[in-house]
Amino acid sequence: MAGILTMIAQRLGLGLLTLFVISLLIFGAIELLPGDLAQEILGQSATPETVAAFRRELGLDLPAYERYLNWLGGILQGDFGTSLANKRPIADLIAGRLGNTLFLAIYAAAIAVPLSLFLGILAALFRNSLYDRAVNIFTLSSISFPEFFVAYILIFYLAQSGLFPSIAKITPDAGLGEMLYRAFLPALTLTLVVTAHMMRMTRAAIINLLASPYIEMARLKGVSPGRIIVRHALPNALAPIINVIALNLAYLITGVVVVEVVFVYPGLGQLMVDSVAKRDVTVVQAAALIFASAYVLLNLSADVLSTLSNPRLVHKR
Amino acid sequence: MNDNDNGKAALLTIRGLEIEGRADETWTKIVKGVDLTLRRGEVLGLIGESGAGKSTIGLAAMGFSRDGCRISGGTIDFDGIDLRNAPARQRRALRGKRIAYVAQSAAASFNPAHRLIDQYSEPPVQHGVMSRAEAERDAIELYRRMRLPNPDEIGFRYPHQVSGGQLQRAMTAMAMACRPDLIIFDEPTTALDVTTQIEVLSAIRDIVEQFDTAAIYITHDLAVVAQMADRIKVLLKGDEVEEADTRTMLSTPREDYTKSLWAVRSHERTEQPAPSAQETPVVSVRGVTAAYVDVPVLHDVSFDIHKRRTVAVVGESGSGKSTTARVITGLLPPISGEVQFNGKALPADYRSRNKDQLRQAQMIYQMADTALNPKHRIREIVGRPVEFYLGLKGAKLRDRTRELLSLIELEPDEFIDRLPSELSGGQKQRIGIARALAAEPQFIICDEVTSALDQLVAEGILKLLDRLQSEFELAYMFITHDLATVRAIADEVVVMKDGRVVEMGGKTEMFQPPHHPYTELLLSSVPEMDPDWLDRLLAERAAGGAGATVQSADQ
Amino acid sequence: MDSEVSFIVLLLWLVVFLAGAAALAWTFRKIAIGIAPKGLAKSLRTAPLTASFGMIVILAYVFVALLAPFIAPFGEREIVGGEYLPWDAAHFLGTDNLGRDMFTRLIYGARNTVGIAFVTTGLAFLLGAIFGLLAATVGGWLDQVLSRIVDVLMAIPALIFALLLLTIVGTSITNMILVIALIDSTRVYRLARAVAMNIVVMDYIEAARLRGEGLWRLVVREILPNASAPLIAEFGLRFCFVFLMISALSFLGLGIQPPTADWGSMVRDNATLITFGDITPLLPAGAIALLTVAVNFVVDWMLHRASGLKE
Repeated sequence: MAGILTMIAQRLGLGLLTLFVISLLIFGAIELLPGDLAQEILGQSATPETVAAFRRELGLDLPAYERYLNWLGGILQGDFGTSLANKRPIADLIAGRLGNTLFLAIYAAAIAVPLSLFLGILAALFRNSLYDRAVNIFTLSSISFPEFFVAYILIFYLAQSGLFPSIAKITPDAGLGEMLYRAFLPALTLTLVVTAHMMRMTRAAIINLLASPYIEMARLKGVSPGRIIVRHALPNALAPIINVIALNLAYLITGVVVVEVVFVYPGLGQLMVDSVAKRDVTVVQAAALIFASAYVLLNLSADVLSTLSNPRLVHKR
Repeated sequence: MNDNDNGKAALLTIRGLEIEGRADETWTKIVKGVDLTLRRGEVLGLIGESGAGKSTIGLAAMGFSRDGCRISGGTIDFDGIDLRNAPARQRRALRGKRIAYVAQSAAASFNPAHRLIDQYSEPPVQHGVMSRAEAERDAIELYRRMRLPNPDEIGFRYPHQVSGGQLQRAMTAMAMACRPDLIIFDEPTTALDVTTQIEVLSAIRDIVEQFDTAAIYITHDLAVVAQMADRIKVLLKGDEVEEADTRTMLSTPREDYTKSLWAVRSHERTEQPAPSAQETPVVSVRGVTAAYVDVPVLHDVSFDIHKRRTVAVVGESGSGKSTTARVITGLLPPISGEVQFNGKALPADYRSRNKDQLRQAQMIYQMADTALNPKHRIREIVGRPVEFYLGLKGAKLRDRTRELLSLIELEPDEFIDRLPSELSGGQKQRIGIARALAAEPQFIICDEVTSALDQLVAEGILKLLDRLQSEFELAYMFITHDLATVRAIADEVVVMKDGRVVEMGGKTEMFQPPHHPYTELLLSSVPEMDPDWLDRLLAERAAGGAGATVQSADQ
Repeated sequence: MDSEVSFIVLLLWLVVFLAGAAALAWTFRKIAIGIAPKGLAKSLRTAPLTASFGMIVILAYVFVALLAPFIAPFGEREIVGGEYLPWDAAHFLGTDNLGRDMFTRLIYGARNTVGIAFVTTGLAFLLGAIFGLLAATVGGWLDQVLSRIVDVLMAIPALIFALLLLTIVGTSITNMILVIALIDSTRVYRLARAVAMNIVVMDYIEAARLRGEGLWRLVVREILPNASAPLIAEFGLRFCFVFLMISALSFLGLGIQPPTADWGSMVRDNATLITFGDITPLLPAGAIALLTVAVNFVVDWMLHRASGLKE
């Protein structure tokens, strides 16, 4: 057991290191900017005095490492700095929106994960059947659709008639049922897109597994098909399935940005897109850091969980 | 295993069995109407080269066909049950209970997620033969009978914690769990080293005898089947060649194909006269010690190879014989020691060697499939070294390439524009030889060049290498684990174990006692065609001879 | 009630579309087998209807993109009438939010959106494949350094990274191409390296190394021919990703900038119509979807063939 603990500690350490490097990268990206950030943002018409004042405000007169440490130190205490566009603290801008985005992602994942695992395993079991072929065409098409296409089709068919709201107004006073109703279309859009990916990957992982000699051996031992799946395939399928789930939850992060814009959903993704258009660098940095951290943590937990599910690693020789 | 069991009732009767395999959306026959009868308690050996359909027939005897295969004709009758038409449930009830299977690779066929004993208990508990507790007790008893070390405890390990030879025995024990009427052994010892093979063979034979189980023993190795089977059936490309009881088959085969299989092992080269003491060896390995990162693999290895002579480097997997070749070619620079070529030290790293040094030492690989670039035509594969080292171009290059193809006995017009995928295994290996010859070297390393080939083809390759050696005065280093090959072509033998040279000398001397105990173990472990060989060997070992004092690689 | 009727109509359309597509694909395959050279014809015979359908669609897009000025009835940026005109004889698909002809812009969009995606994918491929093959062939520190850089770049989700970089360098077509090419090249690198790693361990590569062959010949003559099949399939998949990402960015208003006709921004600009029950804004989105589906169908077949041949 000691071996596996060291291994997990190593993974966690590596994850932490990755997060650190990402923060460096996100911070450092601005340093690569051609010319002067302050000048760039204020435009050519700005007077040298305003530019200088703005530089001081941004802290651009300090050396880069000092600014980085201040920035990182602030974030660790929940202070993301202030927005360049409206001078408000970024923490305030993010606070409610982060919760909304998480709500939407979890909502979609709660539908997508069980659904796609079930359908994906079914497709693997009945591979080359009519069902499998239909699933293949359906999922291949779905992953090819831009998110906004799926979103607008849903709006066209489900919102136009007034069945569901096309604009997801999320207000703090709404109860859970109301929230679920209002966020139904964005969640459904994400579900449709992610389910297709996940089904394909689950199917591939299971088929790969079913081709292994120990599955053939189980069949030659006269084990029933149900038991082969539950007893022989599933314990070994855990690692690939965990990875499929993590990869797709991570994919939700990207999907969320576009879907939030379509449904005017007040989440982090929408804030980020608005800020990119306004070139509000500090807000974009903060949002990018949050999204990237979520992504790294997801992959990290998948890594740790699949290590724990591998008997070769858990029971050392 | 008596020969006078003929009175017993037939257990398995297969008539006109046809099996088709799918390739590129079309079905082709891979088994073309085979008949087979097996009586209770009888062991039938199925023997043939690759592509003979042995495994497919073995699986069909369980009413099973792999994905991409289908049973398209004939009948399979197991103890009155029509396996071809029986409902799936009924077939499943037989598998594991009355017919069991032992696969070639035990390491891949045990489920990595469960302990051995869990997997052992599955068939008896699932088929309702005994309770879990009974099954566990029984498992330990069978592990003991299979002579597994720590029989009380070994079942509670996971497959990756147990060595290959032990896993193979544990799998045979698992097949025995329900005391089946029939066991299919599908090349159970092919992946094992010779010394380990003996233990597995004798354990399998004893247990099959003790429980009077009928068995189909599938293998490509004649000497192995001679020890195991009461009767032998020879197959060729999905057709039966002939069938007879083991002794008759070995002493008086009827068909030409069988005779040619039997004759293979007769090729033996006379030892070349020893070189004079003053002659500088072509290659001299001097006190080489080497390691992969920090795992030491070679310890103070020294030997010489002279012009026109073949030095066979022999040992089991992990003995360091291939690593020695990597040191000579410069792929693995040694920690200490050096490799000399015609008396001059070679740079340790191949990247520091000049074109001429690289040209003089060539290599022929074990797997011709991966040794030839699948996207290059023969013209380029053979022509490239000629162009690269000797600078020939245009018509001269073409003529030289054709000449090389003629040398390896392939018709230039027919082969020069082919891709490797359009060649048979033996032809690919010949191209590998031509590529080595194209550099006009003095020294060639042959790394298990015949072990992936069927026996007849391997014979041809050995003869060709022999001829080329005398024609071009080549020095060969022949890496092999197969002592029959050594006997066929070596002048000198170097025996390696755990990265050390344990014994070396001329071939005649090496094959005659007294031996180093390890050489003794290795030599005595090579199966012979005599059906009584295994009994004799076990008796000798029990008396403390034949290398009994040395532990095999598996223990 | 209304939605039920429209749902049934949708289903009917779907059936008609599928039948039409299947018939078209079947005919195309027949003709293609007839005119293609022998080797190609043999592999075409194994193509499922989905793949043949994909091939026709791709050909059709290429055709439209190349001949856009000859097919389109109006100029790309020409304002031809009122805003949001309905479909009629002169304006086949009506006009957009600025009064430009939708049909014309849809056709030019094929040229712009597909063209830009193609160039970006090509760039990403050049970058990723060269470094990936080099890393696998040379190994050692070069491989370590490149692979760690790629690990870090890939630890940030692609779209988020693109948004960050676009904030910094500003939104323009060139910037977008460079940013997406950089991000996507990391994915190509991973694949090219993995494919090459499997080839590099082959004995024929060892034989070439021991012969003393130089790096150039190792990569170009020995490794590349064996890596080309998976790389071509990956090009198709990458193209889909890049194409969808560009569309997403344009839809968000951060990609291809007006007045260039582009499918992503066309959806964004005219999205209001959808809430009024007009499907016109869905057409450019559908055009994106159709091409990606087509490419995916073809790639799926190629991958299936490659894995089938391995067995």
